[in-house]
Amino acid sequence: MPRPAAVSLGGVSKHYAVPGGPGVTALAPIDLDVHPGEFVSLIGPSGCGKSTLLRIIGDLVQATEGQVLVNGKPAHQARLDRDYGIVFQDPVLYDWRTVARNISLPLEMLGWDRQRRASRVAEMLDLVELGGFEGHYPWQLSGGMQQRVSIARALSFSPALLLMDEPFGALDEMTRERLNGELLRIWQQSGCTIVFVTHSITEAVFLSTRVVVMSARPGRVIGIVEIDVPQPRTVDTREEPRFFELVTAVRERLRKGGAAEAEAQAEAELLLVEEER
Amino acid sequence: MSAIVPVPPNTLRRAGRRAGDWAPAAAVLVAGILVWQGLVTAFDIQRFLLPKPTEIATALRENWTFLRHAALYTFGEAVAGFVVGSAVAIATALLLARWRPLGRALLPYAIAANAIPIIAFAPIFNNWFSLVSPIPKIAIAAVLVFFPVMINMLRGLTSVHPSSIELMRSYAAGEAATFRRVRIPNSLPFLFSGLKVASVLAMIGAVVSQYFGGLRTTSLGLFIKEKAALALFPEAWAAIVLASVLGVAFYLAIVLVERSVLRWHPSVRGARAG
Amino acid sequence: MVARRGVRGVLAFAAVLIGLVALWEGYRAIGQATGLTWPFPVNERSMPHIYEILGQLFQPSRRNGPPLVTVLLQAALFTAREAALGFVLGASTGFVLGIALAHSRLLERGLLPYIVASQTIPILAIAPMVVVWLGAGLFSVAIIAAYLTFFPVTINTLRGLRSADPRAHELMDSYAANRRSVLWKLRVPASMPYLFTALKISAPASVVGAIIGELPSSIQGGLGGAILNYNQYYITSPASLWATNVVAAALGISFFGVVLLAERLVVHRAPEHVA
Repeated sequence: MPRPAAVSLGGVSKHYAVPGGPGVTALAPIDLDVHPGEFVSLIGPSGCGKSTLLRIIGDLVQATEGQVLVNGKPAHQARLDRDYGIVFQDPVLYDWRTVARNISLPLEMLGWDRQRRASRVAEMLDLVELGGFEGHYPWQLSGGMQQRVSIARALSFSPALLLMDEPFGALDEMTRERLNGELLRIWQQSGCTIVFVTHSITEAVFLSTRVVVMSARPGRVIGIVEIDVPQPRTVDTREEPRFFELVTAVRERLRKGGAAEAEAQAEAELLLVEEER
Repeated sequence: MSAIVPVPPNTLRRAGRRAGDWAPAAAVLVAGILVWQGLVTAFDIQRFLLPKPTEIATALRENWTFLRHAALYTFGEAVAGFVVGSAVAIATALLLARWRPLGRALLPYAIAANAIPIIAFAPIFNNWFSLVSPIPKIAIAAVLVFFPVMINMLRGLTSVHPSSIELMRSYAAGEAATFRRVRIPNSLPFLFSGLKVASVLAMIGAVVSQYFGGLRTTSLGLFIKEKAALALFPEAWAAIVLASVLGVAFYLAIVLVERSVLRWHPSVRGARAG
Repeated sequence: MVARRGVRGVLAFAAVLIGLVALWEGYRAIGQATGLTWPFPVNERSMPHIYEILGQLFQPSRRNGPPLVTVLLQAALFTAREAALGFVLGASTGFVLGIALAHSRLLERGLLPYIVASQTIPILAIAPMVVVWLGAGLFSVAIIAAYLTFFPVTINTLRGLRSADPRAHELMDSYAANRRSVLWKLRVPASMPYLFTALKISAPASVVGAIIGELPSSIQGGLGGAILNYNQYYITSPASLWATNVVAAALGISFFGVVLLAERLVVHRAPEHVA
C-alpha cells in the first residue's frame, strides 16, 4: 500500500475564452491543501466548477493559472505516474468487457502479468462485495453494482489518491447511503486520500474529514467545515445531534455564499447603471 | 455611431474556416485530375486502360442526343421502381408494426431476404414481362428498394421509447392515434435513412438490370456493356458519368426533402447550427 | 427454455416456408384458372411448380451431364471464392483506412470526400470495364466485391472509432494511456457494432458484385455464367433458371449468415430496446 498523497492547490483558476466575448471564469483563484489520508468533499451549487477543479487535480483539464501539486509532483507528472484513480458519476464501464476485465483494465495498461491481474481482481471484487460477478457484463448489473465495479477498477492499482465526481449521484437514496458506508470501509482499508465532489450535504458530512464549500460561478472556496464526528461512522451516525449540527453548518455556509453572491451581483449591476448614467 | 455596419468578425472567420476545411480535398482533386491527364499523355497509356478526361468529355458531347434520351429513360425506370418499392415497403412496415407478432416473426426473414442477389432475377423478369419493356427494370429496382426501406421503417416504428407509449395509453389513445402521433414521427429519421440508401440502389438496379438485355435506344446499361465489349471506353465512361450524376442528383433530392421534413432532428439541427 | 425457443424458431421457419410455397402455388393455380395475363401471363413457363424447380436440381444439367445441383454448387463455390476474396480485401482495406482517417484530420479532410464520391460511381455499372482491364479472372471479379465492401466499412469504422463516450477517453487519460492503447483497448472495441453493421451489408453485396462481375466477359465457371446459360434455355427448361436463382439466393444468405455468426461471437452488447 503506497503512502497516501497530499494535494496542494495554489492560486488555481480556470478561465474559458469565448470568441467575441469576455469569456467565462469557471474558477476564481483557489488555494487548498488536502492532507495525506484525508477524505475531503467539495460541495457547491451547480456550475460552481467543482467538477472542473477535480479534473484539474487529475490533469484532465489544465488550469489557466496557479500550481497544482499531487503527491509532491506537478499534476501532469502525477497523472503520468498514475498516482490517482478516478470514478465518474457514470460508471463508464466498457460494454464489451466482463466485470473482471473491466477491473483489470488499468492493470493491463500497467503491464501486469495475467496471474497478478487475476489475483488483484479477485481481491477487488471482495473489497466491493461483488464476488461471483466476474463473468457478468455491465448491462447485466444494476446501477449501484456498476458503480461498485467502477470503484474497484479505480482502486485496483492501489493509487495514493482517489478522485470521485458525484459517483452516487445517479442512484437512489437508500443505495446511496449504503454505498456511502461501503466507501468509508474501503477508504479505511485502502488508506488512500480521497477528494470527493457531491451535491448532497448529508453525504459530504457523512463521508468527509473536511467539507470544502464553494461559491457559485466563478467558484471560490467560501468555507471549510471540519467534521469531527469520530470514525467508524455508521448508519446511526446520521441520527446523531453533532451530525445535524454539522449539516446545518455546511448548509448555512452554502446559503451565505449564495447570499453573498446575490449581493455582489446586485452591487455590480448598480455600478453598471451608475456608469451608463 | 458610424453609419457603416462592420461585418461581424464571427461570420468572416466561420466562412474562412469552412473554406479552409475544403482546401485539402480541393488540393487532392486538382492534383488527381492533373496527374490523371499528365500520366495518360506522358506515358501514352493505352486508351482502354483509362481514357483522358478530355476524351470522355468529347464522347459525351458526340453521343449527347442518344445518351440524354437513354439516361433519362433509365432514370425514369429507377424513379418508378423507387416509388413503387417505397410505397409497398412503407405499407408493409406499417402493417407489421401494427400486428407485432407477425412483424417479429417475419423481420428476420426480411433481413435474410435482403441478402439475396435480387439482380439475379433480372433474366426471369425479362422472361415474364418482355425484354424490351421497362417493367423488368422497374421491378428489379422496386425489389431492391423494398427491403432497406421496409426494414428501416419497421425499426423506426418499433424503437419508440416505452414511456412515450405509456403516455399515450394514459390519454386513452387508441392504436391509430398512437401510430399517428408517436410511432410515425419517430420513424421518419429511420425512413429517410432507408430512402437514401434505396435511391442509390434504384439507379444501380435499373442500369445493371439492363445488362441482361433491354431496348437499345433507351438502355444506358446496354450501351455501357456494348461499348465496353468493343473497347470503346470513353463512350462507356461517358455513359457512366451520366448515370452517376443522375444517381447523385436523386440522392441529393432525397436529402433536401429530408432536411425540410426533419427540421427538428438533431442531425439536421446540428448541421444548420454549425 | 433454450430448447423451447429453438423449437419455436424451427416451427416459425417451417411456417414461413409453407406460407411462401402456398402463396406461389396458390397464385399460380388462380392465375391459370382465370387466365391471368397481368402483370405477367401465368403458365407452366413463367411459374413452374415448386417441386419441379426442386426436382430439376436432380436432373442432368445437359444431356448426359452431371445433375444440375452439382453444376450449380460448383458454380456457387466458384463465385463464393471471388466474393470472399473481395470481401476480405475490401474489409481490411476499409478498416485500416478508417483507423488512418480517425487519426489524422488532414487525411480525413483530404480523402473522405473522394471516398464518399467513389460510391457515386456505380461499380456494378463499370464491372464490364474492370473485368476487361484487369483480365477476366478471380482477381478482377474480387476487385468488384472489394470495392463494394470498402466504402461502408471505412465509413462505419470511422464513425465507430469516434463513438466512444468522452468520459471513457478521460478514463484513458487518467491512465496516461498512449495512443496505441487507446486505439486497441477503447476505440476499436467500441467500433465493433458499427463495423459489423457495415459487414452485414457488404457480405451479400460482395456476392452480387461477383455475379455481376462474371457477366460481361462470360466467365464460365460461376453463377453469373450459369444464369446467362440457363437463361438461354428458359423456354425449354424454366425450372433450371429458377433453380439457379435459388442457389444464388442461398449463397447470398449464407454469406450474411456467416457475418451474423461472427457478430454474435465478437460483439457483446445489451439487447436492443423495442417497444
